[in-house]
Amino acid sequence: MSAREAVVAPLVQARDLAKTFDVSAPWLNRVIEQRPRVLLHAVDGVSFEIAKGRTLALVGESGCGKSTVAKLLVGLYEPTRGGLTFDGQDAHAAYRTAQGRQLRRRIQMIFQDPYASLNPRWTVEDIVGEPLHEHDVVTDKVQLEGRVGELLKSVGLSPQDMAKYPHQFSGGQRQRISIARALATEPEFLVCDEPTSALDVSVQAQVLNIMKDLQRKQGLTYLFISHNLAVVRHVSDEVGVMYLGRIVELAGKHQLFGNPRHPYTRMLLDAIPKMHDTGRSRTPVQGEVPNPLNPPTGCTFHPRCPHANERCKVERPALLEFGGARIACHAVEEGRI
Amino acid sequence: MSLLQVNNLVVEFPHRRGTLRALDDISFDIAPGEILGVVGESGAGKSLTGASIIGLLEPPGRVAGGQILLEGQRIDNLSHEQMRHIRGRKIGAIFQDPLTSLNPLYTVGRQLTETIQAHLPVDGAEAKRRAISLLEDTGIPAAAQRIDHYPHQFSGGMRQRVVIALALAAEPKLIVADEPTTALDVSIQAQIIQLLKRVCKDRGAAVMLITHDMGVIAETCDRVAVMYAGRIAEIGPVHEVINQPAHPYSMGLMAAIPDITQDRERLHQIDGSMPRLNAIPTGCAYNPRCPRAFSRCTAERPDLLAAGATRAACWLHDAHQGVVA
Repeated sequence: MSAREAVVAPLVQARDLAKTFDVSAPWLNRVIEQRPRVLLHAVDGVSFEIAKGRTLALVGESGCGKSTVAKLLVGLYEPTRGGLTFDGQDAHAAYRTAQGRQLRRRIQMIFQDPYASLNPRWTVEDIVGEPLHEHDVVTDKVQLEGRVGELLKSVGLSPQDMAKYPHQFSGGQRQRISIARALATEPEFLVCDEPTSALDVSVQAQVLNIMKDLQRKQGLTYLFISHNLAVVRHVSDEVGVMYLGRIVELAGKHQLFGNPRHPYTRMLLDAIPKMHDTGRSRTPVQGEVPNPLNPPTGCTFHPRCPHANERCKVERPALLEFGGARIACHAVEEGRI
Repeated sequence: MSLLQVNNLVVEFPHRRGTLRALDDISFDIAPGEILGVVGESGAGKSLTGASIIGLLEPPGRVAGGQILLEGQRIDNLSHEQMRHIRGRKIGAIFQDPLTSLNPLYTVGRQLTETIQAHLPVDGAEAKRRAISLLEDTGIPAAAQRIDHYPHQFSGGMRQRVVIALALAAEPKLIVADEPTTALDVSIQAQIIQLLKRVCKDRGAAVMLITHDMGVIAETCDRVAVMYAGRIAEIGPVHEVINQPAHPYSMGLMAAIPDITQDRERLHQIDGSMPRLNAIPTGCAYNPRCPRAFSRCTAERPDLLAAGATRAACWLHDAHQGVVA
């Protein structure tokens, strides 16, 4: 990283973000049956920065809190603890005031399922035009059509598609419509929650290429959430690996894939079937992600970790810096691995 | 002799504006103990091929031509009653979603013993003993206790193990696994694939593994068939199909998959999308998207031709054409 880049403040900065959901039984049951309150710590103290024009990817298995982080960033959830700084201002404080509109215009989101995230009764013009109306970007119909046409062209669709309905498009084309909608307000930061998981590989390649082209042309900043490490390697600059609501390793792409340090990262990388390793045989790590309602004590990965010792069972490791990467692991800290 | 032989299979869906041909002239075979992978994008006809073999085509879909032979005997023209005896006994099936393949109202033990007793002449105690040993074999801890649990008490990965145990219950010769790991997380996926490979090898069962994940195919299969628009585009040993694909579609598909082991600035993209069943182009169905299409591709439909170690349905490999890929 050059010295100039180092002094520029990051565009997005999450500090100790946490979100707790109350999943207790109803009040009457708690009183009569003396059941305790049950809290689910979906995200439990996540911190990261993203510099302008860069991509941070968050990976992890289902239930690790990736999507909750996405919803916290765009303001769909209010954090239980911690906060988010966007371009120097406190985002969640701004979301609560009239200034929030301005901020929402600069932060947009792309969802996983292109079948559920587009209104089937609206034409593409209505869908892509809605944010333009909502944020008063356009004033009349001619201007609106011109802008929607431009947006559709930028994602590789034709302006003539404006009059069509979502069901007339394939999955990949629908996902491009959601990208066009997200780009309508000229945002600087896009939160993409599994944008290609529902797509076939050849279509996934089309969508990933468009996202990369747009980033280059418009200097967009991405938070890219995925469970597919190969896709993450392709799109990201930095990668954060999440396990049960916490980041366990955060490093540059080359460092993370070239020299993974945390045992969970190593396990994830090893678990992926490699295309060019035909007929390879291996012994996958046993066990499953524990129930997040009742997570293990200490380091939550210790029941599955081959390097766990007594300390790992009682003390939760902090995310510390080791040679350019941030890792939450006692074994790495003690130099055992 | 091959265990399963599919010859020129055609599956059609009658429709009020004509008939849609969903599978068109599919031929392949599986040897005993072999794992054949079937890949392709959604709508290519992978699952339909599996469903016609198990005899679970949903009406109005019907086998309109060709034959399916299991151990040399035709099974595509059997009655429902006769097919019921083959299904489970000779062909086991594993589907994508383990929750919907299990009955939520019965304990897994009851579902297993029922299956065993339906197909094998054993008494209740023996069936239960076998059920426990199947659960142990598929890696379920404390199988003797867990046999009395209901499906909802198992996690996703454990449920898929139960489904595999169920598919193996009557010791079938062939297992049709349709996207068995798609609904699972990667670490669980690795465990299930390893399990599937091991139990099938131990029992000498052949497997037809349907998936869209090339990584899974690479690691599990002996041979692979790449499907496109209801036809087999290429079939051959897995190593060759992945590393030296002969059909332009397989080449495009392999290049479109992001690789975990190397960086690439741009992914290869195949422009356009797979044709709808009512608008399959004449000649080779891939010709509108194919970078190497020539006049013959739009006029004549290619059959599988020898192409190095694999066979590809592509005119580039026609010896008389004089063009070598």
